[in-house]
Amino acid sequence: MDLLQQLTQYAFSGLSTGAIYALIGLGFAIIYNATGIINFAQGEFVMLGGVLTHFFLIVLKLPAGVAMGGAVIATTVIGALFERLTIRPLKRPTPLSLVIITIGGSIFIRGVAMLVWGKDTQSLPPFSGEEPITLAGATVMPQHLWIFGITLLVIAANKFFFYYTIRGKAMRACSFNRTAASLVGIDVRKMVLLSFVISSAMGAMAGIIIAPLTMTAYDVGVMLGLKGFCAAIIGGMSSGFGTVLGGLLLGLLESLGAGLISSGYKDAIAFIILLLILFIRPQGLFSKAQTERV
Amino acid sequence: MKRDYLLFLLFATVVLVAPAAFKGGYLLNVLVFMGINTMLAVALNLLLGFAGQISLGHASFFGLGAYLSGILSTTYGFNPWLTMVIAAVAVGILAFGLGFPILKLKGHYLAMATLGFGIIVYIVFNETVALTGGPSGLSGIPNLKMGSLTFDGDLKNYYLIWCFALVTMLLAINLAHSRIGRALRAIHDSEVASRVMGVNARLLKVQVFALSAIISAVAGSLYAHTMSFISPASFGFNFSVELVTMVIIGGLGSIFGSFLGAALLTILPELLRVVQDYDIVVYGLLLIVMTMYMPKGLAGGIASLARRLRPAKKGVVDAQG
Amino acid sequence: MKRSVVTCSLFVLTLVWFAVCSAAQPIKIGALFSVTGPPSFLGEPERNAAQMVADGINKSGGIKGRSVQLITYDTGGDATKAVQLANKLIKDDKVVAIIGPSTTGETMAVMPVVEKAGVPLISCAAGRKITEPVNKWVFKTAQNDNLAVAKIYEYLQKKKLNRVALLTVSDGFGSSGREQLKAQAATHGIQILYDETYGPKDTDMTAQLTKIKGIKADAVICWGTNPGPAVVARNAKQLGLKLPLFMSHGVSSKKFIELAGDAAEGIFLPSGKVIVADVLPDADPQKKGLMSFVKEYQKLHKVEGDHFGGHAWDAMMLLKGALEKGDDTPAAIAANLERSKAFHGIGGSFTYSSTDHAGLTKDAFVLVEVKNRDWVLVK
Repeated sequence: MDLLQQLTQYAFSGLSTGAIYALIGLGFAIIYNATGIINFAQGEFVMLGGVLTHFFLIVLKLPAGVAMGGAVIATTVIGALFERLTIRPLKRPTPLSLVIITIGGSIFIRGVAMLVWGKDTQSLPPFSGEEPITLAGATVMPQHLWIFGITLLVIAANKFFFYYTIRGKAMRACSFNRTAASLVGIDVRKMVLLSFVISSAMGAMAGIIIAPLTMTAYDVGVMLGLKGFCAAIIGGMSSGFGTVLGGLLLGLLESLGAGLISSGYKDAIAFIILLLILFIRPQGLFSKAQTERV
Repeated sequence: MKRDYLLFLLFATVVLVAPAAFKGGYLLNVLVFMGINTMLAVALNLLLGFAGQISLGHASFFGLGAYLSGILSTTYGFNPWLTMVIAAVAVGILAFGLGFPILKLKGHYLAMATLGFGIIVYIVFNETVALTGGPSGLSGIPNLKMGSLTFDGDLKNYYLIWCFALVTMLLAINLAHSRIGRALRAIHDSEVASRVMGVNARLLKVQVFALSAIISAVAGSLYAHTMSFISPASFGFNFSVELVTMVIIGGLGSIFGSFLGAALLTILPELLRVVQDYDIVVYGLLLIVMTMYMPKGLAGGIASLARRLRPAKKGVVDAQG
Repeated sequence: MKRSVVTCSLFVLTLVWFAVCSAAQPIKIGALFSVTGPPSFLGEPERNAAQMVADGINKSGGIKGRSVQLITYDTGGDATKAVQLANKLIKDDKVVAIIGPSTTGETMAVMPVVEKAGVPLISCAAGRKITEPVNKWVFKTAQNDNLAVAKIYEYLQKKKLNRVALLTVSDGFGSSGREQLKAQAATHGIQILYDETYGPKDTDMTAQLTKIKGIKADAVICWGTNPGPAVVARNAKQLGLKLPLFMSHGVSSKKFIELAGDAAEGIFLPSGKVIVADVLPDADPQKKGLMSFVKEYQKLHKVEGDHFGGHAWDAMMLLKGALEKGDDTPAAIAANLERSKAFHGIGGSFTYSSTDHAGLTKDAFVLVEVKNRDWVLVK
C-alpha cells in the first residue's frame, strides 16, 4: 500500500467519522441558536436513538422501519419532556445553571438507560449489506454512504426550515433577540420547546444511522456528544454548513493524526488545533466576526 | 465582613475538634477527602463565583499537581514538601501563561477551551507511560513527613489536609473582602463597566486563574501523598464537572458554600449507597432539582432560611432553653 | 430525646446479644467491584459470581457451621472511591478479608490500605505488578498478562510469524498488555514493527489498520476489552487486511463474537478454559468445576458464566478453603491462603506460595480460534 493510497484511506475514514460528528454537532447548534443553551444532554439523545432501536428491533422484534421510527419518536418525546420539565420552569436561567441542568439531565438519562437496558454493548445490523465499497483504492462501508446522505438531507431540511418557513424564521428571530422576537408576537417558549424537539429527533437519527458501525451502549453518548460539541464550536455554532465543515475537519484531523503522527495522541491533536482555532478566531472558523452581546 | 471571620473561627473550631466524634472510624477517611474537595471547590469558586469565568478543566490542574509531586518524589526521590512547592510554582506559571489567551474567550467558548485543555492533559497523563505509569497509574508515592511524624494515618492526614483547607478558606475570605475581591465582582457584573472604572480586568482575571490553579495543584499534591497512588482516571472530565457542581450547588461566590457543596458531593455517594444501582439516577436528578429550586446554592438557601426565621428567633431560643 | 436514644440503643444491644447467643456470628467478607463505570463488564459478573458462591456456602451449612456474609460495594472503577470503600470495609464493617477490586489501578490504590490494616486482599485484576513483588497480604486470581502474551508468542514462533504489529487500548488493561508484549518479544524472537494505541471509546480504527496494511507485518495483535476489539475486527475486514489477527483474553466471551459478527471468523485469542469447558478432555482437572460454574451462573443470570465472573468465584473458593483450614482472623486467613495448593478453579489450577501470590502457570490459558461463531481449541 503506497502513501497516496494510505492518505486516501485516512481521508475517507476521517470524513466518515467527521460526518457523524457533524450530524451530532448540528443538534447542539440548533438548540444554541434558538435558546443560547449548550445542551450537554445532546449526546444522550444520540445514545437513545441507537439503544432504543436495538430494543425495538432485536428485543421486541419489530420491523426495522417501525423500530427506527419508534426510536426517533420516543427520543423526541423525551427531549420535549426534558425541556418542559427542567428548562422552562427556570425563573432566571443563567448560562451556568443551564450547563449544570443539562449535565444533570445527561447523567439522569444515562443512568435510566443503564438500568433499563443494561450495560452491555450491542450491535445493530447495517442498513444495506456489509460488503465494503472500494473507491480510489480506499474502502468505505455502505453505512458510511448512508451517513453522508442523511447528513446532506438534514442540512437541506434545516436550510429549508430556517429560511423558508414561518416557524423557522421565528426561531431565527429568537436567536437574534429574544425580547424583540416576543414583542413581534413570537411565542419564545414554544420556539425553545421546538428547538429541543428538532434536535432530539436529529440526535436520535444520528444515533440510529451510526449504531451499525460504531455499536451502541448506554455510555456512548458522552464521547460522541463531546466531539459533536467540538464540531459545532469549530463551525461557529452555525446550524448549517459551518458545523458540517467543522465536523469533517475534526474527523480528518483525528484520522490523519492517528495515521501519520500517533494514534494515542490523536484526540489531543484534535483538541490542540481546536484551542488554536479558539485563540485565533474565537467566533469559529467559518463565520464572520460578531461583537459580543453585552 | 466581621461576620465572615467569626463564622470562620467557629467553623475552624468545629473542624479541629470533629475527629473526637468519629474515633478513627471510616467517616474520618471520608472527611480527609472532603478537605481536599473543599480546597478545590474554594479554588474554583474564586474563578467561577468571583471572577465569573467558567472552567470545565480544573481537574487537570489538580492532576498536574498530583503527578508533578508524585513523579518527582517517587521516581527522582525529592522531598515531598519540596515537590509540593515545585508543583505549585510550575502549575502557577503554566496557568498564568495559558490564562492570557484562554480568558480572552467568553461563555461557552471558554467552557469549550478549558474542557479541551483538560482533555489534552488527561491524554498526556495516559500516554507518557514512562513518566506517569500510564493508565495503570503511579504507585508507591511517599507520605509527607514532618520530623519524625509521618502523615500516614487517617487522623494525621485529617489534620494535615484540613490545615491546608482552612488556610485556603481564610485566604479566599480575605481576598473577597479586599480591593481585588471588589474589582473581581465588578468584572463579574460587567467587564466593560469595570474596565471603564480603571480595573485592569484582563490581568486580574489571569491572576485569579493562576491562583486558583495553584491551590488546585497543592490539593493535588496533598492527594498524591495521602493516597500514595494516582491514576489518570481521577483527573478526567467527570471530575471537572463534579468540581463545578460543588461550587454551584454550594453557592456561587460563597466560601462556606463551597465547603457545603464539597461536603455534600463527598458524602452523597455514601448516602446513595442505600439505593445501590440507582445512585447515578438520583445524582442526576439531584443536580437538576438543586439547580432549579436553589439557584443560589446551599449557602443561599440557608441564608434565606435564616432570614425567614429571624423574626421568630426569640421564640426559638426560648423553646430551646 | 436523650432518654429515647438510650432506650433505643439498649434495645438494639439486647437484640444483638440475643443474636450472638442464638447463632454463631457470620463471617464477614468484603467485596469491591466496579459494578458501574467503564469496567462494569468485569464488576457485574464478578459481583454475581461472588454472591452465588456465598449463597451456595450458606445453603450447604456454612463454613464450620457459620454462615458467610458478603458485603459488596461498587467502586465505579474509581481508585479514590475504591480506597474509601476499602477503609469502610475494614473499619466499619470489620471484614476479615476482601475480594476485588476489578481493575489493576484500583488494586494498586487499595494495597497500601489493606497492608496497613493487615487484611488479606484477593484481587480480581490481571496486572502483574499486583503480586510482583509479593505483598504478604495481597493475592490475585486473574491470570497474569504475561501468561497470555507467552501463549500468543509461542504460537507465533511455531508458525514462524515473527513480525507483528501491536494495537492496544489506552487504558489499564491495554497498557499492561502492551508492556508485556514489548518485554517478551525478544525472548521469543518476535520483532515489533508497529506499536500504536486506540482510545477505549473510539469508534473507528481504520487509520491505524491502514498504516498496518502498509508495513510488512506477519500478524496483528490487538489488546483490549469490548467493544474496541470488535471495531478493530470489523475495520480489518473492511480494509481487506489479510493478516492473522490475535486478540487478548479481555474479549474471551460470546459477546465479542456477537459484536464483531462475521468479522470475528478466524481470530485467535488466548483464553481461560471456561469458554471451551464443554470441549475440554474429561481428564482436565478443571473440567468438573468449570461445567458446574457455567451452568449454575446461567441458571441464575441467564447468560453463560465467563472468566471475569470466574475470578471472583475463584477468590471466594480460595477464601473458603483458607477459612476451613484455620481461624477467621485476617492473619490466619492470609497465612492459610498462602498454603492453597492445586485448587482447580475457573481461571486455572492455583498453587500459592510465599514467593508466588498469583498461583498460575501458562497452562491456565488455551489458545482458541473463532470458527462458525463459536470457539474451537487450537492445538
